[in-house]
Amino acid sequence: MSEIAVNGETLLLDATGALYWPAMRMLIFSDMHFEKGSSYARRGTMLPPYDTRATLARVTALVKHYAPRHVIALGDSFHDDEAADRLDDVERKLLLALSKAADWIWIAGNHDPEPPPWLGGQIAEEVAIGGLLFRHEPSATPFAGEIAGHLHPCASVTRRGRTLRRRCFVSDGTRLVMPAFGAYAGGLDVREMAVRTLFPDIFRAYVLGARQVYAVAA
Amino acid sequence: MLQDLARHETPGHELPAVFQNWFESRGWQPRPHQLALIDHAARGQSVLLVAPTGGGKTLAGFLPSLIELARAPQRRKSVLHTLYISPLKALAVDVARNLEIPVAEMGLAVRVETRTGDTPPSRRQRQRYNPPDILLTTPEQLALMLANRDAGRMFESVRAVVLDELHALANSKRGDLLALGLARLERLAPGHRRVGLSATVADPEHLQRYLVPQPPGGMALSALVLGKPGAKPEIAISASESYVPWAGHLAQHAMPDVMNAIRASKTALVFVNTRSQAERTFQELWKVNDENLPIALHHGSLAAQQRRKVEAAMTRGDLRAVVCTSTLDLGIDWGAVDRVICIGAPKGAARLVQRIGRANHRLDEPSRALLVPSNRFEVLECEAARDAVLAGELDGETRHRGGLDVLAQHVLGMACAAPFDADSLFLEVTSAKSYHDLSREDFDKVIDFVATGGYALKSYDRYARLRRTPEGLWRLAHPRLAQQYRLNVGVIIEDPMLDIRLQARGKPTGTGGRVLGHIEEYFVEQLTPGDSFIFAGSVLRFEGIRETSAYVTRNNATEAQIPSYQGGKFPLSTFLASRVREILAHPEKWSKLPHPVGEWLRIQQWRSVLPEPGQLLVETFPRGSREYLVCYPFEGRLAHQTLGMLLTRRLERMRMRPLGFTANEYALAIWGLRDMGGVDMDRLFDEDMLGDDLDAWLAESALYKRTFRNCAIIAGLIERRHPGREKTGRQVTFSSDLIYDVLRAHEPDHILLRATYEDAGTGLLDIARLGDMLKRIRNHIVIRRLERVSPLAVPALLEISREMVAGEAHEDILREAEDDLVKEAMRLE
Repeated sequence: MSEIAVNGETLLLDATGALYWPAMRMLIFSDMHFEKGSSYARRGTMLPPYDTRATLARVTALVKHYAPRHVIALGDSFHDDEAADRLDDVERKLLLALSKAADWIWIAGNHDPEPPPWLGGQIAEEVAIGGLLFRHEPSATPFAGEIAGHLHPCASVTRRGRTLRRRCFVSDGTRLVMPAFGAYAGGLDVREMAVRTLFPDIFRAYVLGARQVYAVAA
Repeated sequence: MLQDLARHETPGHELPAVFQNWFESRGWQPRPHQLALIDHAARGQSVLLVAPTGGGKTLAGFLPSLIELARAPQRRKSVLHTLYISPLKALAVDVARNLEIPVAEMGLAVRVETRTGDTPPSRRQRQRYNPPDILLTTPEQLALMLANRDAGRMFESVRAVVLDELHALANSKRGDLLALGLARLERLAPGHRRVGLSATVADPEHLQRYLVPQPPGGMALSALVLGKPGAKPEIAISASESYVPWAGHLAQHAMPDVMNAIRASKTALVFVNTRSQAERTFQELWKVNDENLPIALHHGSLAAQQRRKVEAAMTRGDLRAVVCTSTLDLGIDWGAVDRVICIGAPKGAARLVQRIGRANHRLDEPSRALLVPSNRFEVLECEAARDAVLAGELDGETRHRGGLDVLAQHVLGMACAAPFDADSLFLEVTSAKSYHDLSREDFDKVIDFVATGGYALKSYDRYARLRRTPEGLWRLAHPRLAQQYRLNVGVIIEDPMLDIRLQARGKPTGTGGRVLGHIEEYFVEQLTPGDSFIFAGSVLRFEGIRETSAYVTRNNATEAQIPSYQGGKFPLSTFLASRVREILAHPEKWSKLPHPVGEWLRIQQWRSVLPEPGQLLVETFPRGSREYLVCYPFEGRLAHQTLGMLLTRRLERMRMRPLGFTANEYALAIWGLRDMGGVDMDRLFDEDMLGDDLDAWLAESALYKRTFRNCAIIAGLIERRHPGREKTGRQVTFSSDLIYDVLRAHEPDHILLRATYEDAGTGLLDIARLGDMLKRIRNHIVIRRLERVSPLAVPALLEISREMVAGEAHEDILREAEDDLVKEAMRLE
């Protein structure tokens, strides 16, 4: 676990890719992409249909560990607008149990502009709390205190002739982009323009390791 | 014995006059094996012809078809008579050209055409309703044609199938694809005869079974014809009496020898084992090429245009030598080649025979070859290979079972052709030798996989790709899937490649630039802008990656910073390994070795011991601040790498704190912080490591994930390409790892994971071979605790480690990256 400050607020970067805000007892997940597998299956690519339960198992473990008062799902929680209908009973029950364990805020994403109402909790376009603003897509211009997802940042690290590519948080201390949390979510290299242009000055990639995150110059 | 029977068979059929006259007009006599094939064809029998190159083998395969076509001038026009399948499209095109000569000279009304990936769509379309008499094609094209709805009409008239270079195809996934295609062809054109053409193999029976449909529960063999063996080759081994390198693969020291051999030849082929070795060898040769002899370079990563240029120059006889890789193992005959030079390890006797056969295509004259070992172990390997080739002994085939991933692809293809009945498709598939042992349960699982993904815990029924008709047949759910199938057909999965573009210096990276060729993405990813490396014969400076291209500029340096040696694809064969162990164990055989090598072995014998052929030697010793354990299984780099992974896990558990290991073709060296001399070696090398330890390692092995990715693409789980938009390898690699993790966690018995395991068993991880070795050395481990490094251990210690202890090493890499940042931030200046 690694502590960083974003716009003056102290946040914990969990090695699983979740973000924890101790002062608010708030846990944040981004881009969970539930039912991405079955979304591909609709088009004839029969990916293993276990991505939702794999993602939910990790969410459950973190909710148990941090016992948060609030949870924010930072958008693209569902891979498409019919994804919620494709959940099976096991997954639906898991999700309902989770939604009762804390107060949830479902931020709308481009994949899921309208998260299903049966989930409970609040649905919002964006939410401002303390010095932070939570929204799905990062704004194109510098925005102090913004916590966003959408880009699925990844970083490559090369040492001793080997290259590792891992998901990462990206931050310059004023704003933060979270890694995707979903089991099948792909990634975008932090060197790509879409990420670089968000940070006019020096920024860092906080790369997810097995037990901790590692700060690497981007 | 089969061999004697075959040899004494006398041809009973006369050649038709027009053929006899043609042979005479050329001043030739039909060879006995050519007549024997005509004889078998007349009786409608399938036959395997085993003959060395230069014996008129290809003509032998076609003569019966030409005779049949000549005798039936009234036959219906525009029906396919003979299908020819080649592993290389270039070979198919070349054979077509050669076949036109007798057809034209005899004035036969026979139409010969090729169909490859390069054939324009309009011509393919025309071939479907107006096929030639003889069609020359590849296994992939056959699969495509068979998946077509009018396959029945196109193939019902087929009387003969000729399979060229069968030895190179049968034991591979392409061979599986072809076997399944042949099984379907048998149903469409029952009773057609087949001709298999093969170089000398250790076990022809395997190919004889491959050629003909196997009856349920039984076994059938094709006939066998053996051509007259060629003259014994002359094989020299380049060896210096004063200096033989301890390690390395470049044979720099031997370049003057190689140059002399080129000087003494009309045209030489210089074979090396990897692309990067080809690059280095080409450079080194030009450094000593004082007379500026025309020497060219040929390997699979060069742009196709450049390769064609080299091939054309070769055909014209303009070149004195070509440095090449296995891309030229098979292929077009170049008459002028009179010497083959093999740099590095031969790896296997059959491979060496194949390469030597590329020189001198006249049967009665010996082929000449020079073997150039690049280090001490390779000297032993070259000696062992020469002895084997001269004694006429070859490596046995590795075990091979038809891949379930290939079967899945075929099942989808068959559904594209027409709705199928599972019972009869099962009978058809199991008539192919590669799938003869397939259980009905596994077959049904494959159908289930193709239909809905075959997942146990959650079903995709509503998105099924195959559905049952009321009559119980399986049909394609949507015509779009046939298009998907056509784009994904084939079993060759290339490593993701990037174009290399050469741009003018000073231009911004990513603008313009001529394509020099292609290079593996994993190689480019380890480069930092400014690094230099060798490609296409020159030193290049890496500038950066933009989209799917790597941009480079010319560099004036003569040496590259980044060595690009990657181990060869082919491991040392089991057969050759056992021969090397024999040489080691018998000092009386050392007299023929160069002095430095003999001395090396004698000192080893004195300082430690040389193991008997059945034994495994394990040495432990300290060096610097490290403790080493080195063992010598001689099972090839792939098996050693797997062994290294498993042993370091065990040593970790024994609290020996291993830090890393290196593996080469002959030995495995592990180092750590504690003396491993006291470890119970029988326990350490126990076979049970292939249980849980293997399982735990597979969960995170990058090689295993790559194997999974290939299986997933072949089986059609992941698309190679989408209609209209090409996926870059980068995206495919990433998502297949995620899929692997999830599938492994939730359904470890899934059919695709089983296909992956079977693949890895004989492929990248060589688990099967490792298992055999562990069984063999049980109770035959010889242990030596030494106070310092032994002579035999030196080559292993000189190798640079690429694989580190898994898991923790990943964390180290991330930690170091972070340390660099901290250092930079804390530096006081």
